[in-house]
Amino acid sequence: MTAVAPDTAWDPSQPILEIEHLSISFFTRLREIPAVMDFSCTVMAGEAMGLVGESGCGKSTVALGVMRELGKNGRIVAGSIKFKGRDLAKMSDEELRHIRGSEIAMIYQEPMASLNPAMKVGAQLAEVPMLHSGMSKDAAWKLAREIVADVRLPDPDRIINAYPHQLSGGQQQRIVIAMALMAKPALLILDEPTTALDVTVEAGIVDLVKELGKKYGTSMLFISHNLGLVMDVCDRICVMYSGEAVETGNVVEVFDEMRHPYTQALFRSIPLPGADKNARPLISIPGNFPLPHERPPGCNFGPRCDYFQKGRCDAAEVPMYPVPVGDRHATRCFRWEEIDWNAPPAKREVKQKAEIGRVVLKMEDLRKYYSVSGGAFGGGAKKVVKANETLSFEAREGETLAIVGESGCGKSTFAKVLMGLETATSGSIMLFDENVQSTPIQKRNTDTVSQVQMVFQNPFDTLNPSMNVGRQIIRALEIFKHGKSDEERHLRMLELLDLVKLPRAFAERMPRQLSGGQKQRVGIARAFAGGAKVVVADEPVSALDVSVQAAVTDLLMDIQRENKTTLLFISHDLSIVRYLSDRVMVMYLGHVVEMGTTDQVFAPPYHPYTEALLSAVPIADTKVIRKRIVLEGDIPSAMNPPPGCPFQTRCRWKSQVPGNLCETEVPPVQVLEGGHQVKCHLSREVLAQMEPVIKVAAE
Amino acid sequence: MGLFVLRRLGVMLLTAIALTFVVFYLTNLQPNLEKLARTEGSVRMTEEAVQDWIAQNGHSGSVFMRYGQWLGVVPGWTYTDEKGQMRGRCFEIGQDAAAAPNYCGLLQGNWGYSTFFKTPVMDSLGEKLAATGWLMLAVMLVMVPTSLLLGVLSGMREGSATDRTLSTFSIASTATPEYVSGVVLVALFATAATGLSPILAEYGLIEPKKTLFLASATSAMDDITFWNFALPVMTIALYGIGYIARMTRASMTEVMTQQYIRTARLKGVPFQTVVMRHALRNALIAPFTVIMLQFPWLLNGVVIVESLFNYKGFGWTLVQAASNNDIPLLLACSVVAVVVVLLTQLISDIGYVFLNPRIRLA
Repeated sequence: MTAVAPDTAWDPSQPILEIEHLSISFFTRLREIPAVMDFSCTVMAGEAMGLVGESGCGKSTVALGVMRELGKNGRIVAGSIKFKGRDLAKMSDEELRHIRGSEIAMIYQEPMASLNPAMKVGAQLAEVPMLHSGMSKDAAWKLAREIVADVRLPDPDRIINAYPHQLSGGQQQRIVIAMALMAKPALLILDEPTTALDVTVEAGIVDLVKELGKKYGTSMLFISHNLGLVMDVCDRICVMYSGEAVETGNVVEVFDEMRHPYTQALFRSIPLPGADKNARPLISIPGNFPLPHERPPGCNFGPRCDYFQKGRCDAAEVPMYPVPVGDRHATRCFRWEEIDWNAPPAKREVKQKAEIGRVVLKMEDLRKYYSVSGGAFGGGAKKVVKANETLSFEAREGETLAIVGESGCGKSTFAKVLMGLETATSGSIMLFDENVQSTPIQKRNTDTVSQVQMVFQNPFDTLNPSMNVGRQIIRALEIFKHGKSDEERHLRMLELLDLVKLPRAFAERMPRQLSGGQKQRVGIARAFAGGAKVVVADEPVSALDVSVQAAVTDLLMDIQRENKTTLLFISHDLSIVRYLSDRVMVMYLGHVVEMGTTDQVFAPPYHPYTEALLSAVPIADTKVIRKRIVLEGDIPSAMNPPPGCPFQTRCRWKSQVPGNLCETEVPPVQVLEGGHQVKCHLSREVLAQMEPVIKVAAE
Repeated sequence: MGLFVLRRLGVMLLTAIALTFVVFYLTNLQPNLEKLARTEGSVRMTEEAVQDWIAQNGHSGSVFMRYGQWLGVVPGWTYTDEKGQMRGRCFEIGQDAAAAPNYCGLLQGNWGYSTFFKTPVMDSLGEKLAATGWLMLAVMLVMVPTSLLLGVLSGMREGSATDRTLSTFSIASTATPEYVSGVVLVALFATAATGLSPILAEYGLIEPKKTLFLASATSAMDDITFWNFALPVMTIALYGIGYIARMTRASMTEVMTQQYIRTARLKGVPFQTVVMRHALRNALIAPFTVIMLQFPWLLNGVVIVESLFNYKGFGWTLVQAASNNDIPLLLACSVVAVVVVLLTQLISDIGYVFLNPRIRLA
């Protein structure tokens, strides 16, 4: 091991990274856009610092600023970034190159895109020590193999000779982590390392990062928008808003005794699985995130703040105030001493839940198989992908049915079959007593099409970029044959904008002029244009920021209440599912493994998969104690599912089932009390002994 | 891999048959055959005599049968005239008909007899192809490295001064057709009256020759020298250089914005190594197809340049065959063209696999 010794003697009691009054701007032809302003933070040796905030708040810019990788337009305009006492902002490119990769390493958001597709994994790993410590090729490959084993990848010899596309997303991220660790860096920057991964995979990666951080004594700068994750990993936290750090301190202190209104608002806008939705309703932050060149004078958060005082908060730039009792706790708020931080949020009107009516949608024994050919050019044996396997359920008027599962579990296929984009292999779909399972969408009549609509995951791609918002909604109305004249449709379009709480002036805007949340509202307006009775919402808020998520979720529920719509809510986010759904259906590899009311699914007895899923969700609440169950391995390929129970390869309860039942037979559906269905071989006695995964500690 | 190549070869064969049939059908249309009869027989033949000539020389009957004969899967035609003398596809007049083979087409190695050159097609075409082969080789050797270098240099730092200069050059060169650039090059370098040559000659730098380069490439048929070959090669290459360089630049700029390039930079890899080891292979995938497509294009491109520089190669032959209604020669040219196109595409597909590990052939 020939780790490069730092050039200058550096005292380990000093901070590894010390950022002082850092300002970064991007320069365009029109203007200078300040991305980060007056940002300061310190990371001590072995410490993990979390950087949280919404998209566009500048947290990634800080990370790239530390790496001095700001592109052609970005520049550090003020302040210093001291790494082990040396100012990175003043370093030459050559000095910088020696630090990058060897002393500071970075882990990226999208592992697939961050690995070179045309190089073997081993070559990409071995490059690091060959470059920084002049290691020979053989020794470097040997080290690569060791580190690959270190990040707990199975069969390291095969992996280092593989190309990135031959690995799964979780494995790729482990490779990126391995690459960062090759030179035993002193500082690790993690930029949303698990955002692109499934929760159970995320749990494994988070554990790995924590463990390796301890093992190698690496300091970490952990960037995330997920507060729960930050609580899991970090010792300290820095909350950013619109280019500024607004609050910084010890994780527990900031979580329990926040001293900035934005931090408070952020916490109030995220659903916590441990809390009751009636006792702790979600409160969205009013207004929109200011654009970098449209920041208000004084406090950036002022216009959206509940505690805003005219003439004071907008008078001058707010400095950071240290909070005396805390552990290096500081806040950027004038009024932090005046605000009563323990006051409960303003009471919201309690909305009556819509009555659940008759059955509008009924699926029975639905199957969807795809046949794919083995070879890339059409040859090879035909294989069958069982995307959906014996799906049966009913959804009633005014009900919210959540469909939960990780990628590849068949939830999107199910949505496609329901919409008519695909036709089912067998089984029946009854929509208002009409059988639609074998009618593709082209052949469905306008009525059926307008009754079943969809809200898509990514609002950025689903609006036509060259058509204004009003036109797009009117187009939907035309297709649904709604209204007799253009005037009538125009009027209806304005009403729809009112319905989704967008100003009427937005009808003239182009999609690029809208924020993500506003775009999703347009998507919702379009879905409801024809008076949809069943709306499939495919991860409608997962691409949005947390503060916007709450508002869009509330909007969906309001519309549902008014129109008695049946909402099929597809999501992988269990917190939000628990918050808004009446019933939950958990899917794994095309099978429904558990189904019941929200309370039944979120309390024991669980299906073993649901239990693991619940335990993997990071919760941003210091009072919640949760059991950690990390699933080993990846989800098996749907092309080649395991025999017997689909979950048997990763199940921790398998030993409790006598014989080799799990390996040989698909488990029957057990109906427990209250109509709670679990597809598992475990006996009722064992199921009854399960303990809850999430416990709220006594106050 | 082996199976894939076999399957592709099968598809190629089918494509070749289909394409040559189209060419066969078009060149053997009735008016064309009448024209042939008049040039081969006599210009003043009567209408009946023309029809007789067509029938007697094996040009009548179903087009499929005639195509089959040309291919060599149907027995060649024979005709016995009033004097009892036999003529046929597979033997000369006066030869013993019985001793001649039944089948004599492409498959038997009989490509027909060129009515214009008065030699067997095989002989004249082979020689011409070899000449064009040398030209194409020289063009490729100049064009591919130059254009890749230009493309990579301008693509690795998008918007820089280097990029703009090289892009201007590439666009200008690819926007100039060969018949323009050829003439300009000749005027600049290859006349004793204008351009550089008189100036250089005055200083005695290019003694004993009168011009810097030679404007006619006819002598290159026997002996290729830099002097007689540079201009035709440059004329073709200039156009291609601009084109491939633009493609490479586009591909390179895209690759340079990829996240894995950022990963490599943040690993501390020096810029040069980033370009050579991380970007180049990924950036070559798109231009590779374009380069392979240049082969068929070159085969067409040489038509103009070979005529311009009087270089008697494939393109020149094609022009002669077409203007003189030389059906067997035209057909042979089309076979060659089809085979070249299909083979280069097969090579490009196989080459893809080596550049891009994500593609796996069956």
